Amino acid sequence: MKRLFPILSVLTAIFLAYALYLALVKAPTDALQGDVYRIIYYHVPSAWTAFLLFFINFIASVQYLASAKSSRQTAAKWIVIAVGVVGVVVTFLPQVQEQLKSFGMRPSALATTVVLIPVTYFLVGKWFPGERMDVLAVTTAEVGVVFCTIVLVTGPIWARPVWGIWWAPGDIRLTSTLVLWLIYVSYLILRRFSNSAQTQMLAAALAVFGALDVPLVYFSIWFFRTQHPQPVIGGGGSMDPRMLDVLLISWMAFLCFAFLVCWSRFRLELLHREVEQAHAMESLAGAEVRAGVSLPLNRRAQ
Amino acid sequence: MNAIKFLFAAYIATWVIHGVYVGTLVRRFGRLRRELKELGKGK
Amino acid sequence: MNFWAVTLATLRKDIRLEWRSKDALNSMLFFSLLVVVIFSFSFDPLAEESRHIVGGLVWVAFLFAAVVALNQTWARELRNQVLDAYRVSPAPANALFLAKAAGNFVFVSLLEALMTPLFVIFYNLRVLGPGWQLIPITVFGTWALVVNGTFFAAMSVRTRSRELMLPLLLFPISIPAVIAMVAGTTAILTGEESAHFYIVLLLTYDVVFTTACLGLFETILHAE
Repeated sequence: MKRLFPILSVLTAIFLAYALYLALVKAPTDALQGDVYRIIYYHVPSAWTAFLLFFINFIASVQYLASAKSSRQTAAKWIVIAVGVVGVVVTFLPQVQEQLKSFGMRPSALATTVVLIPVTYFLVGKWFPGERMDVLAVTTAEVGVVFCTIVLVTGPIWARPVWGIWWAPGDIRLTSTLVLWLIYVSYLILRRFSNSAQTQMLAAALAVFGALDVPLVYFSIWFFRTQHPQPVIGGGGSMDPRMLDVLLISWMAFLCFAFLVCWSRFRLELLHREVEQAHAMESLAGAEVRAGVSLPLNRRAQ
Repeated sequence: MNAIKFLFAAYIATWVIHGVYVGTLVRRFGRLRRELKELGKGK
Repeated sequence: MNFWAVTLATLRKDIRLEWRSKDALNSMLFFSLLVVVIFSFSFDPLAEESRHIVGGLVWVAFLFAAVVALNQTWARELRNQVLDAYRVSPAPANALFLAKAAGNFVFVSLLEALMTPLFVIFYNLRVLGPGWQLIPITVFGTWALVVNGTFFAAMSVRTRSRELMLPLLLFPISIPAVIAMVAGTTAILTGEESAHFYIVLLLTYDVVFTTACLGLFETILHAE
């Protein structure tokens, strides 16, 4: 394990450099926008990575909430399976497909996302049992916020030369990404400002609220005209296949990088909890020696 | 050709943000390791 | 005691407490009065375009004022360990939550009823669209603020720096509701477009988050 991390880091660095070479040199120049469009090779992969991390955070939070009671755990399991099955069946109904297209979503993309819900749910439950599920939630939220910040920074830098404005208020994707970022920043603030014992439940509940909020944000801005270019995959917009290849490779590189960062953050959180436990144990032991009794209640301020 | 500035600005901004975040991770790791060592010495 | 008896008893107790002290109501009223006055200095309230701004202004004033009442909801129960008594009592947690949310709804509605004439006078408002639609927007919008606010107040009361935490948690989640309230109110005031979409959106928001709050409140109350 110790050897694996540096090896993977080097491989990821090479991969990222290759993606950068493809993005700057190999990818064809856009006919309309010129070279500035190459920002999307960083912007779009960061966005996908951020959404993926927030998605994992949501699943882990739901499962953490469900694991509090065994009856709820069983119910949640069946609900997740039902969501997966019903979601996939529904996206194949012709009426629903029409509706989705009017929102600018491709049914196959939605079906894939829906299938991912039960798959992720069970994988998270299998690989991250108990306390580790909460650690996973912290990790994905924090790294997700970093990637989301990059999306929000590179977006305006691209918009300025192309649209002539830094920010388009009322644009659907800009605003919902910003709100998502705000929700997760408040999630991290809650984690910082809360006492350790209850934090995990509170944070998990907040993550569920945030996930419920995002579709509503989307619809609340749906009324406005959107300036953002259609999503690259699932949008119906067409793209040069060479550009798409570079984009996907770039995404893979960023996913590897995100994985490494998440791994480090995960280990950091485990270490943090270990240190906290050691502190607690030490103060307990100290109190025992001083009071001569083994009751933690006898601990006194010195 | 002014637009190329924006391209480089975006790429640099991306790595600056990642660098700052990884830097805070490394710092936090260091602090925790030190704390753990001090705890071990205390025994 | 059954569910609704508990709800009614708690609600009556809260309203009686507030009626005797009037702490939350007075501070909310004064706070939103200040917002009205300060904003009336910062731009010309008689201008025709103030009609476009005032929808946002009203709701921002009410949102910030509501935080005052929401913060009091659970902080009041911390004294003398009343909250702990609730937690060990066999009374259903959701009855407690509904009573608190309904109490806050009453307080914030009262605030709105008292402040709306002032906004009308200060900003010389005339409704150009169908005015009755302001009623569903107000009712659903207030409930949207209050139901999540009560829930997050129960959360923030468990953290350090309690009063600071509530707006930080509540405002991001409330953004779609605020957008719908502001845009709907502006649509009615200017009469330029229909507000139906926003009313439906608010109703959806209310249903979704009331369900979520009722589903998760017990976990939050008993989180250890």
